[in-house]
Amino acid sequence: MTRWFSQRPRGGLASLAQFAVLVIIAGIVLVPLVATVLGGFKELGDLRANPFGLPKVWVWRNYWDILSGVRYWQMLGNSLVIALLTVFLTLALSSMAAFTFAHLHFFGERFLLSYMLLGLLFPAATAILPLFIKIRDLGLLNSHWGIVLPQTAFALGMGILLLRNAFKQLPGELLDSALMDGCGYFRYFFYITLPLSTPILATVAVIAFVSSWNNYLLPLVVLNSENRYPWTLGLMAYQGEYSTAWQLVLAFITLTILPAIVMFVMAQKYIVAGLTAGAVKG
Amino acid sequence: MATTLASSVETSRRPGGRGWLTILIFLPPALLLFTIFVAMPMGEAAWYSFYNWNGYGRPENFIGLKNYASLIGNHAFTQALLNNFLIIAVSLAIQLPLALGVALIVSKKIRGAVAFRMIFFLPYILADVAAGLIWRFVYDGDYGLVSGMTSLIGAQPVFLLADKNWAFSAVLVVIVWKYFGFHMMLYVAGLQSLDKALLEAAEIDGANAVQRFRHITLPLLGPMIRLSIFFSVVGALQLFDMIVPLTGGGPFDTTNTMVSYLYFFGITRMRVGFGSAVGVVLFLFCVTFALGYRRFFMRDD
Repeated sequence: MTRWFSQRPRGGLASLAQFAVLVIIAGIVLVPLVATVLGGFKELGDLRANPFGLPKVWVWRNYWDILSGVRYWQMLGNSLVIALLTVFLTLALSSMAAFTFAHLHFFGERFLLSYMLLGLLFPAATAILPLFIKIRDLGLLNSHWGIVLPQTAFALGMGILLLRNAFKQLPGELLDSALMDGCGYFRYFFYITLPLSTPILATVAVIAFVSSWNNYLLPLVVLNSENRYPWTLGLMAYQGEYSTAWQLVLAFITLTILPAIVMFVMAQKYIVAGLTAGAVKG
Repeated sequence: MATTLASSVETSRRPGGRGWLTILIFLPPALLLFTIFVAMPMGEAAWYSFYNWNGYGRPENFIGLKNYASLIGNHAFTQALLNNFLIIAVSLAIQLPLALGVALIVSKKIRGAVAFRMIFFLPYILADVAAGLIWRFVYDGDYGLVSGMTSLIGAQPVFLLADKNWAFSAVLVVIVWKYFGFHMMLYVAGLQSLDKALLEAAEIDGANAVQRFRHITLPLLGPMIRLSIFFSVVGALQLFDMIVPLTGGGPFDTTNTMVSYLYFFGITRMRVGFGSAVGVVLFLFCVTFALGYRRFFMRDD
């Protein structure tokens, strides 16, 4: 039994009050979300007269029109491609770099490690203008690579830090005996280090995926063709077009946040663990 | 103990021929990408910030510190800076106690504790733009939930986000709504790793609930609280995505943060030199804070 406050003497009443507090806060958290979902089912006049309640008439068309169009699926597809490429590159590059920093010792090792961890100290926004110029000069403007590569570069610090610590935890005797038996570093990396580190690799993947999926500033600066927009940009563009038709905007918001919510409900344990453990260890 | 053993073994290991080959194949890709897209742009921001440059050709119009000087007297920028500090103040004075209080309740064996945790964490996984747009609807004077409340009591429609006295307070509400669940989760993790025997011993010794919280729970949560403060400040300094859908920096540039100021005044107008100067100022804030905080407050963690 865990007790942070005394529960025994008047436990019933005190915990009832605490329960009530939770219900009220949960209400404040959920009401905007529920109103958004329901608002997507309303007609504009209904929304105006009755923003809280259930729709008078359930208008499925708002949702159906979006789902049967190309636009929504294209945006989600773009976001998915960008996020998967970012996750793959982040895992590949940071696990390789973390492996050398964890197991091999060479001149300048400490310096290079601190250099790579510099990226943890400031957000991409600080260098966004020179970054834009760089992407432009490399000819990556208006392409998905123009988002994937900088995103990966900024995720490397987090990836290397988490993975290096994890790789160092693996028993050193394992590597010694493997090397003695003639197993090279490459095989050790692929057959021993990576399989033994799947939980921390998953953490890095979750963090990289979520931050790529939700990224707004970088795509905003890099992209200008709407058919390449990820959903964050597409949502803002849609809102710009239909700003007066709130019922459509609300349906669009609902559908764009749906994948994140479904993922969250299905894999909540891993996502919460990934996002908080990553924060704690980083 | 295990790690010291491992590292003592490792230090004796020098890379042989195969080791060097590994280094040469494993390290350069990360190094190259980091240099091109993180280190160089940051260095270039410092360089460009001394020029008046629109991004085409080469920066040639050297103007020294003028970009920085023009920031000092600039109303919109000082307002943005102030707003960043307001976010930090609200995070520490309201969000942190709220998150801690809720964490204390949901780590007890209370009915539905896990469900409540998930509900409170839910806004955190939404993108800032989506959260911003949802709240733009909530605040809408004609259609939103605020309008529903005003019409319920028969008052005039209120447009909070268009009112320069209230707009930023409205933004602060959204920030707390979206982020308190993340901090709560940090405290829940901290509470779970707390040694319960200490609390029980204190209870047996007659310490009441407040005393137990004040002298046992709170000190033991210290590392988590310091971490939570760290993330509040870092998050506040880089807040941008939420501002665009909510207010776009308006009305009268009263709701900008440093990053949204950088976007609206530097990027959209392609004032590369000026925007870079804003970036450098932001960089200095972030780095000074991150290094200073780690040095003075998180040394033992």
